[in-house]
Amino acid sequence: MNEIARDPAADLGRLERLEGIGCARKRREDPRFIQGRGTYVDDIHLPGMLFGIMIRSPYAHARIKSIDTSRAKAHPGVHAVLTAEDLKPFKLHWMPTLAGDVQAVLADGKVSFQNQEVAFVVAEDRYIAADAAEMVEVEYEELPVVVDPFKAMLPDAPVIRDDLAGKDVGAHGARRHHNHIFNWQIGDRDRTDRAFDAAAVTVSQDMLYPRVHPCPLETCGCVASYDAVRGDLTVWITSQAPHVVRTVVGLLSSIPESKIRIISPDIGGGFGNKVGVYPGYVTAIAASIVLGRPVKWIESRNENLTTTAFARDYWMTGELAADTDGRIKALRVKVLADHGAFDACADPTKWPAGMFHVCTGSYDIANAHVSVDGVYTNKFPGGVSYRCSFRVTEAVYLIERMIDVLAQKLGIDKAEIRLRNFIPKDKFPYHSALGLDYDSGDYTPALQKVMKAVDYDALRAEQAAKRADPDCPTLMGIGITTFTEIVGAGPSKSCDILGIGMFDSCEIRVHPDGSAIARMGTISQGQGHQTTYAQIIATEAGIPASVIQVEEGDTSTAPYGLGTYGSRSTPVAGAAVARASHKIREKARKIAAHLLEVSPDDMEFDLDQFRVKGDPARAKSMKEIAWAAYNNVPEGMEMGLEAVDYYDPPNFTFPFGAYLAVVDVLKATGEIKVRRFYALDDCGTRINPMIIEGQIHGGLTEGFAVAFGQELPYDEQGNVLGGTLMDYFLPTAVETPHWETDFTVTPSPHHPIGAKGVAESPHVGSIPCFSNAVIDAFAHLGVTHTGMPHNAYRTWQQLLALNIAG
Amino acid sequence: MIPRPFAYHAPDSIGAAIALLSDFGDQAKLLAGGHSLLPMMKLRFAAPEHLIDLRRIKGIRGIDMQGDEISIGAMTTEREILASPLLAMHLPLLVETARQIADPQVRYKGTIGGDIAHGDPGNDHPAVMLALDARFVLVGPHGERVVPAADFFLGTYVTAIEPDEVMTQVRISKPAVGSGACYAKLKRKTGDFATAAAAVVLRMDRGICADIAIALTNVAPTAMRAEAAENALRGRPVEDAAIAEAGDLAMAACEPAADLRGDEAYKRAMAGQMVRRALRTALSRCTG
Repeated sequence: MNEIARDPAADLGRLERLEGIGCARKRREDPRFIQGRGTYVDDIHLPGMLFGIMIRSPYAHARIKSIDTSRAKAHPGVHAVLTAEDLKPFKLHWMPTLAGDVQAVLADGKVSFQNQEVAFVVAEDRYIAADAAEMVEVEYEELPVVVDPFKAMLPDAPVIRDDLAGKDVGAHGARRHHNHIFNWQIGDRDRTDRAFDAAAVTVSQDMLYPRVHPCPLETCGCVASYDAVRGDLTVWITSQAPHVVRTVVGLLSSIPESKIRIISPDIGGGFGNKVGVYPGYVTAIAASIVLGRPVKWIESRNENLTTTAFARDYWMTGELAADTDGRIKALRVKVLADHGAFDACADPTKWPAGMFHVCTGSYDIANAHVSVDGVYTNKFPGGVSYRCSFRVTEAVYLIERMIDVLAQKLGIDKAEIRLRNFIPKDKFPYHSALGLDYDSGDYTPALQKVMKAVDYDALRAEQAAKRADPDCPTLMGIGITTFTEIVGAGPSKSCDILGIGMFDSCEIRVHPDGSAIARMGTISQGQGHQTTYAQIIATEAGIPASVIQVEEGDTSTAPYGLGTYGSRSTPVAGAAVARASHKIREKARKIAAHLLEVSPDDMEFDLDQFRVKGDPARAKSMKEIAWAAYNNVPEGMEMGLEAVDYYDPPNFTFPFGAYLAVVDVLKATGEIKVRRFYALDDCGTRINPMIIEGQIHGGLTEGFAVAFGQELPYDEQGNVLGGTLMDYFLPTAVETPHWETDFTVTPSPHHPIGAKGVAESPHVGSIPCFSNAVIDAFAHLGVTHTGMPHNAYRTWQQLLALNIAG
Repeated sequence: MIPRPFAYHAPDSIGAAIALLSDFGDQAKLLAGGHSLLPMMKLRFAAPEHLIDLRRIKGIRGIDMQGDEISIGAMTTEREILASPLLAMHLPLLVETARQIADPQVRYKGTIGGDIAHGDPGNDHPAVMLALDARFVLVGPHGERVVPAADFFLGTYVTAIEPDEVMTQVRISKPAVGSGACYAKLKRKTGDFATAAAAVVLRMDRGICADIAIALTNVAPTAMRAEAAENALRGRPVEDAAIAEAGDLAMAACEPAADLRGDEAYKRAMAGQMVRRALRTALSRCTG
């Protein structure tokens, strides 16, 4: 990183002025957000702009017998009513998904989930559009509905995808049933089976990770503006991956990418909901092309919660084989993955179950095998990563639950069993049984630090005393997770989206006055990129963060990148930022040497300047060097001071953490109070501790929401229940527990600055921790698992079943 | 989330509001705080052609006490109830209730009159009004009448208000000195309606329950009194066994509807738990 040892005390003033890596700098984004000066997509108003509203199916499965748009078209102020028939001439009635499937943009003859897109009304304003939407008459013929993925695989199950008739090979291999999408396996099945056969102890547990939704504060939406004279298309869109959207729009529309400009303005949260391309975007673009006017489409909350990208819906069976000391010998996992009516998961193309194979966790497990089957049901499509790397939340949930199940079977303490199974520090880099190469980790000290901080033994003693008292009004539970994540997708040799490697990029231009602008292929949705990227440049190129402008999200100005999700910004784009900074620094070295008339090899970098080795008084500041770059460079050197870097990571990064929760279950009502939550995270090098703290608080709060309240249940008719914020749980400050945070630092050996990414750890790690705590409260009564969400109603049913309610 | 077109009226007197009601009949809806009506309109579950906003009418907002009678204007907001020193002193039950309604944004707009007149069994004021034996002042073209809470709630979204009447005031007799009260509400989260809730007003006399009112929220088509539970307690010491029995009797009386908050069995059980919780707290607050 830096060439010479520094004396922070002596250089304190210059260091502080740089505000580089490690500085708890306030977020540069916040003034505009807290003053209402953000620009979200619904803040975009263009002259002549029209508004589109989607007409959706009330039925989960039905044939469309007819669509009569005549009344709606005749309504004053209505400009168009689009149906699949109108899109067919443009071949836009179906679109490819990121998962290698196709999805109906507007229903082509039948609907396969409730609220599926059927027609698109475009009118002068959203009021007229809403009135006209009621005038579109659609005649349906209901079909049998299947919402249960197990029933979907029965021989006589209704056919959900007529369009796939006869296609017995999908994007991920053979399909063995009309509602089957893929089977994906990894690991050595025979060795794993043999390890199970030979094991002293085995445990098995079924668990459902229910269907949830990322539910960002800002719903999805776009403004599409096609200029027929220039032939170019501009789309403002609330997207986590604007460059990928540009490529998809280019593929769909046949407009060259050079004529397409995608702008992601300020984004009100994404959490995986804003990675994909949705029918509303395509219809808005099509309407703009047809009408020659800008068209805005903005989801309602109900549309957001019931149509654009759910997460999870994983029906998992985990098995562990172990010796009598609790040392794990093998892991076997079977998953039935409910993908809804179209396979629109947002995973790297080659990985239909994402990075689920990180499910051996933090443990040294010699044998493992995983088999995942993807299944169609009459539910809305998705399967995105809700604040997690691809399917990592599911993987971590599985292993962290299973190790508790094993501990209970053997009567071993749940902390002790983890300590016995951790991958030892000296085994890193660690090659897992499922083929992943963990970059670095040091798990034992992390867990021990947490146990000491909370006085673990005292908590267990208190729990034992409460269990011994039949009149105690509460059950006390202690949950532990020691998770390992896999983030930073990813190396292009294994990760691509639509054939594009999952690199990311940074371009830095230093201006004559020494200030700079930097642009990346990522896009912040609350992560604080404007703040933290500038800190990396400050440390690595010696330019104060306060004079660095960070811009993202406009495909016409930013270099191509794959976007922000899966905790990939710091591991991938952050590395590009560091490497572009190093290129700036190396050119600056040569300019400084030229100015001081010494050899570049005799120069050394010192915070914000280059100085002559052994003669530190002779120095040129980066500010002076920047000025010289525009008027006095060495002979043969190009003018200017700028750099670009496209970074293809050699590996993923593997952040980890040790979390502990203490809960009290009220026997009277089933209410659960989170008494204590202690979160220790290790994300490698820490760029901005304040932003990390904020990320962890946010992620823990979301994890709390998932564990205790979020779900999108369906009834047998395929009606999605709970599609409003009255039912769907978004915690406020009132419900949110107090969070205690801590950290260790184990840098990534392959990342230029050792950083691993952090935003998703608290979500991934906390959810099984809450579940483990709740189930631990019942463990002495023989309970090994209860499903999420652990709301009062479900918990009371558990109490009732054990005859201890009230 | 766009309502159907409607005409908006904002009369500046009760007389003008009643005249509009008389003109438009069931095509009109009164708008108080709007936090029940407007969401229903945005979902197009409700589509009044005329919306009559009461906000400009003077004299139907504010809290006052004459003798032992507390009067609260129907357009008084939950926030004003929460912040009222008069209510904190003489009717803390109402303050405790308001604090458990929705969230701060809703409480700045939502009104006590709207909460009551909407006739939603999930709203919190109706049960509290039943427990307090409140009286509602209704004004119509033929003058004013006063309807006791016990005669007001007729069914879900159905009340004793005639289509051409406006609720102007809530009147509550100050609870007897030494009595204790509590509103216990089980909800899933901030902003939610009750899974079950219970309002209790209790007066003790030398260790004996001298008077008791128990009313329940969201466990029947309307807010309801749990009379069997009250009768079982009246004249008895309020001990653990009696509290448990009162809970059981309240459970037997309610008729909850299943939804995502829970099935009938859970809601019934929670009604019992809330009665017990409210009774214990009310008892601890009694000084008689």
